[in-house]
Amino acid sequence: MTPSYVALDVEIPSDVKQIEPIVSLVTEHCRKLHLSRRQCSLNIPVALSEALSNAIICGNREDPQKHVRLRATVSDTALVFDIVDEGRGFEMSDVSNDPTTEESIEAEDGRGVFLMRKLMDRVEQFKGPNNVVRLTLNR
Amino acid sequence: MSFTLKKIGDAVVVDVEGQLIVGNRQELKQKVLDELEKGERKFLIDFAQTGYIDSSGLGVLVSLSKKIREHGGELRLADLNDDLQTLFELTKLDTLFQISETRERALEGF
Repeated sequence: MTPSYVALDVEIPSDVKQIEPIVSLVTEHCRKLHLSRRQCSLNIPVALSEALSNAIICGNREDPQKHVRLRATVSDTALVFDIVDEGRGFEMSDVSNDPTTEESIEAEDGRGVFLMRKLMDRVEQFKGPNNVVRLTLNR
Repeated sequence: MSFTLKKIGDAVVVDVEGQLIVGNRQELKQKVLDELEKGERKFLIDFAQTGYIDSSGLGVLVSLSKKIREHGGELRLADLNDDLQTLFELTKLDTLFQISETRERALEGF
C-alpha cells in the first residue's frame, strides 16, 4: 500500500461563505504537490465546492451550531478528500439524474453530484454517526 | 470576488471577478434582474477574470438566461478560459448559450 499523510484537517462553520477560502487553501496546497494545472483549477475546486456546499446546505441545513470537517490525505498515487457533516445527508446513490438531457438542461439545480462524479475518479458516501463524502482524485 | 456592470452600446456587460459560486450567485442574479427590471434586454457576462464556477453559479446563468428570454432579451457569455469551457461542455451548457471568445465578438451584432 502506498504510504499517505494527512495534508489538511480543518473544521468550518456551516456557512456557504466559508467555502471559497477553504477551497483556495486546498488548491494552494495542491499546486505545491505539482498536480496538473487543470486538476488545481478545475477538478479540485469545483468538486470540493460541490461537496462542501452539499454538506453545509443538505447535511447541516446551514445550522450555525454545526460544523463541516474537511480532511485531505495525500499519497504518491492519489488525493483523498473526506467531507464530514453532522447531518443525515442525502442519499447520493439516489442521485442518478442526467442534467445534460433536453428535459433537464434548463433546470437551475441538479448538477452538483453530476459534476463531482465527472471531475473526480471516485465519489463515495459513508453513513455512520456522521455523513461522509469521500472524493478521490488519482495523481 | 465582485461583479461590475457597465453599459456598452445597447448591452449591459457584467465582469465576474473571482469565483461564481453558491456564496455569491444571488448577488449576480439580483444585479442582472435589477437591470432587466429597468428595461435592459441585452446582457453579456464576461468571464475573463473568473476563476471557477460551481453548479449553483451555472444554475444562476441558466435561470437568468430563461428570465431574460421571457422578457424578449438575450444573455450571451464571453471569454471563458479552457477550464470554464470544459465545464460548459461537460454540462452541455455550451449548447444553451451563445459563447464568444472575446467581449468584442460577443457584442458584434448584439
